[in-house]
Amino acid sequence: MVRRTRALVALTLLASALAACGGDEDSGRPTLDWYNFPDDSGALQRAADRCTEASGGRYRISYRKLPRGADGQRQQLVRRLAAEDDSMDILGLDVTWAAEFAEARWIREWTGETKRRATEGTLRVPLRTATWKDRLYAVPYNTNTQLLWYRKDLVPTPPRTWSEMLNMARGLARQGKPHYVEIQGAQYEGLTVWFNTLVNSAGGSILDPGATEPSLGPPAVRAATIMRDLADSPAADPSLPNQMEDQNRLAMESGVAAFELNYPFVYPSMKANNPRLFRHFRWAPYPRVDAGRPARPTVGGNHLAVSAHSRHPDLAFEAALCLRNRENQLTAALEGGLPPTLRALYDEPAFREAYPFSEEVLAALESGSVRPLTPAYQNVSIVISHTLSPPSAIQPEKAVGTIGEQIDEALRSEGVIP
Amino acid sequence: MADPAGPPPSGGTRSGRSGGNGRKGKGRAALSAGAKQERRLGWLLCAPAVLVMFAVTAYPIGYAVYLSLQRYDLRFPAQAEFVGLRNYGAVLSSPYWWDAFWVTLFVTAVSVAVELVLGMGLALVMHRTLFLRGTIRTAVLIPYGIVTVVAAFSWQYAWTPELGYLAELLPSGEAPLTEQWPALWLIILAEVWKTTPFMALLLLAGLALVPEETLKAAMVDGATPWQRFIKVMLPLMKPAILVALLFRTLDAFRIFDNIYVLTSGAHGTGSLSILGYDNLFTALNLGIGSAISVLIFLCVGIIAFTFVKLFGAAAPGAEVKR
Repeated sequence: MVRRTRALVALTLLASALAACGGDEDSGRPTLDWYNFPDDSGALQRAADRCTEASGGRYRISYRKLPRGADGQRQQLVRRLAAEDDSMDILGLDVTWAAEFAEARWIREWTGETKRRATEGTLRVPLRTATWKDRLYAVPYNTNTQLLWYRKDLVPTPPRTWSEMLNMARGLARQGKPHYVEIQGAQYEGLTVWFNTLVNSAGGSILDPGATEPSLGPPAVRAATIMRDLADSPAADPSLPNQMEDQNRLAMESGVAAFELNYPFVYPSMKANNPRLFRHFRWAPYPRVDAGRPARPTVGGNHLAVSAHSRHPDLAFEAALCLRNRENQLTAALEGGLPPTLRALYDEPAFREAYPFSEEVLAALESGSVRPLTPAYQNVSIVISHTLSPPSAIQPEKAVGTIGEQIDEALRSEGVIP
Repeated sequence: MADPAGPPPSGGTRSGRSGGNGRKGKGRAALSAGAKQERRLGWLLCAPAVLVMFAVTAYPIGYAVYLSLQRYDLRFPAQAEFVGLRNYGAVLSSPYWWDAFWVTLFVTAVSVAVELVLGMGLALVMHRTLFLRGTIRTAVLIPYGIVTVVAAFSWQYAWTPELGYLAELLPSGEAPLTEQWPALWLIILAEVWKTTPFMALLLLAGLALVPEETLKAAMVDGATPWQRFIKVMLPLMKPAILVALLFRTLDAFRIFDNIYVLTSGAHGTGSLSILGYDNLFTALNLGIGSAISVLIFLCVGIIAFTFVKLFGAAAPGAEVKR
């Protein structure tokens, strides 16, 4: 008898817990669960609160933090989506996931009026990363791109091309001055981004436009050659094969480097950590491969998508649009340091003041390139970073051949990834 | 480590004997009916366990085999199809599989060998110690009681330059976890540190099998301590050693958590389990990933089979015959 009572109590508790999951559904106000990267600045939570308020009681947005690492975020989303979890409504996706999630039918297409509102005034290149097979699957939330950061005390005029930069570094090395070029050389996605930027800057691309087979060719061989040349030159930081964005930042702040290819987060960090060097810390457009062709730095960032299993898709579309509206993007840019995807914000005085380099960022975004758009992006990226690591061991022709073969396998789901 | 195989004691024969002095034919029929009933009861009693075992082991294994014969990529659901053994072909012809295979084999062989030697030493100490026996045994077991992931994280921090006390002992600029061989040795170190106590415990059980009189007799015959160890103790301990080796080899062959935390398989340190995990959870390729899992399963099966065949009757459960 006692047992049965206990079971009943447990059941009741379980039922009420389940009901709680649905938010205050009883009062007719659904809760939209927004899963996104963990933000410490408070900007995302603020956006959620504002949009909840602005909905006039039609919905409540609950911001739920995903793990810190991109792989962890993707794994959690993927597992739950594959299991048709209906407790996720708005999903924060890395720029490289839209194609994958769309092809797997985990996210809804944006159509009609919502599509019009999502694309209006949005930068073109970030929009391309949210598009798969000519359909829009997500709305760009924020974006990012790399600039060339350099030390004015060592480099009076910034280099325009890679070969100029390497020559300057060699010159500095001969004079016994700090001369390293800080770039992401570790075996991870950053290496893929570097390669992608160079291939596109050389006028090529990694995949053909239909994303059915590798394109690569001579531009890819040039890209691989540049990477190898840097690694072989005195410009290379000895820990290049293990460096990611943060190690680059630290090396630059410690004063051993003259150049750094990195995202704008290095600017406030230099200001805080090394005010003395900060006085000489300048930025310039990403170096070109050919003097006559603008560089095409890879565009990063974050999208918002609506889960295919959401119980309130219409509200979720609306809420996603609210979360990335002008006001919320400005907050995220000012507090979270994330460059916005709305073109108009680059003319906003408050933003320009916080981002002295906003013009260069905008120019880089407008001429930027996207990472290979394919559902198999993870494989493609792993294949590239694996083959090109360590950069000093690259044999350009052979490496590009290997990458081509393995991308081909990956697109047919036959490749084993390391 | 409970023995699930133990069938109910041979109730049938016992009742058969007790009824043997009754009338012949009729008695036997009645008895076999009783025996049948008992057998049925036995089956009924273990049916829940069998069902649970099926649900948690046989079904997933079967499903993995089924998936491994498909092109089944979560990202291309529309293109799922039966492809026969093509996934196995892709895996076995991939250099990544073989790289991971040799890494796994190396880590397994070295760590199990080192553990056997150290474990034997520890077991002898624990067996011979006269005072504080309980304390010593408990202290030795501490590493084994720590969750592997937690221990692996402490190792990882310890070896991270500018963060860890062990990295501090190295020349500056050294990051041992970012190079293949140093990283492999550190993985083995973490593995040995963690599981030697387990080995020692199993060997300690084996030491208890060695009768004190035999050792004393050998001593009287003039055997040196080394001779006593090699000629008396080791042969008598053989079953325990084999059980310990088998368990540890199977365990070490599936090594995952230490590597996942220490290097996540980068720099040529990925084991087969890491390869399977990456293909399942990062590449979302259930076909290839399942093929890898099934191949690991086969490797484990081969290892177990070889142990039992090579070392014969000393396999677990067989000691009773001795």
